[in-house]
Amino acid sequence: MGADRRKFLKLAGLGVLGLGAARPAQAGIFPYPNFPKFPWERERAKTNDSALTAKRWAMVVDTTKRPGRDAWAEAIAACNKIHNVPQVGNVKEEVKWIWTEPFANALPDHEQAYLPEGVESREFPVLCNHCDNPPCVRVCPTKATFKRASDGIVLMDFHRCIGCRFCMAACPYGSRSFNWGDPRRYLDMDHINREYPTRAKGVVEKCNFCAERLARGQLPACVEACQDGALIFGDLEDPSSEVRKILKTRYTIRRKPSLGTGPGVYYII
Amino acid sequence: MLYDGGKIITGVVIFLILITFPFWANLGKAAYKYPELEKAAQAKECVEATEWMRGNHMQLLDQWRDNVVRGATRVYVSQSGRQFDMSLSNTCLDCHASKANFCDRCHNSAAVAPYCWDCHITEPKGKS
Repeated sequence: MGADRRKFLKLAGLGVLGLGAARPAQAGIFPYPNFPKFPWERERAKTNDSALTAKRWAMVVDTTKRPGRDAWAEAIAACNKIHNVPQVGNVKEEVKWIWTEPFANALPDHEQAYLPEGVESREFPVLCNHCDNPPCVRVCPTKATFKRASDGIVLMDFHRCIGCRFCMAACPYGSRSFNWGDPRRYLDMDHINREYPTRAKGVVEKCNFCAERLARGQLPACVEACQDGALIFGDLEDPSSEVRKILKTRYTIRRKPSLGTGPGVYYII
Repeated sequence: MLYDGGKIITGVVIFLILITFPFWANLGKAAYKYPELEKAAQAKECVEATEWMRGNHMQLLDQWRDNVVRGATRVYVSQSGRQFDMSLSNTCLDCHASKANFCDRCHNSAAVAPYCWDCHITEPKGKS
């Protein structure tokens, strides 16, 4: 046999080089030389002109305006309807964006031995507090939940959520719910809001301060449902905003402030 | 001198035959045909050029998703300057109304199963 090792290695080396040369040749396959490969770079995206913007969205809940039973039902129903929140009907698996709690559960740091009668019987709407320093964001291993830098809303990217539920353990307000099963089983699929997606099995969900509505220039669904102004929404960093005006004149409390999360939902008692 | 030359050359030949299996196994078979897709009902032109969309819609949708979900910019300005709401259900499906006659035909043919529709609504205008 004429081949010696030296010749064989040379040939093998040339063959490998040939394979390498095939790759750069592929670069020419993209047939639109004038079309930028990535036409959607930053400047190709813009905000809707009618969008509501703020540096730090916040909410004030005026519980004095709605002392009765089921006082917040319409606000809760509006949220559930718009976001296709499934009504599981089983406390262990329920999915909640906004719901009500009695005083002791909603504002445990402010518990007193003797509370005014009205306060004790009142229902307190609770939702994600969109904290300044959100513990859920800190623990999320995939950055599926994050605080949006532009306006401080704590959001979920369901595409990224792997369902580990660290965030549920971290959230001191119980604002997060896990989808133990396909949420569509608990939705009337003929009467859902078809403009908003549902969620899938195995992701965590929570209130998003209606980021999708703000982007279109609408107030959050619960705020809109409370025509009497029991929920006030605005920019915490704008001294002339509705929220700041209320905070200037009324004494408000927040949920578990001692934890240092800096909640963005304020309660008038 | 190439030690064990016979074995090495035989090995190389077997390796080459195996790695080119897809090529010679498909010799003489009909070339891949793009599946017939249902044409968009109203619009004449897609968000970007059709040819470009065919190859790159997944990256475009991925970018839309990140902009909508993680950023706050939800309006897409196309190459031709037109503006679109970045929304799979509310923009794409406006024209490509039938997922079964549009999305699925290529995806089935290419054996990909994107899980968009686990969450996103396939009939945003209601059941037809």
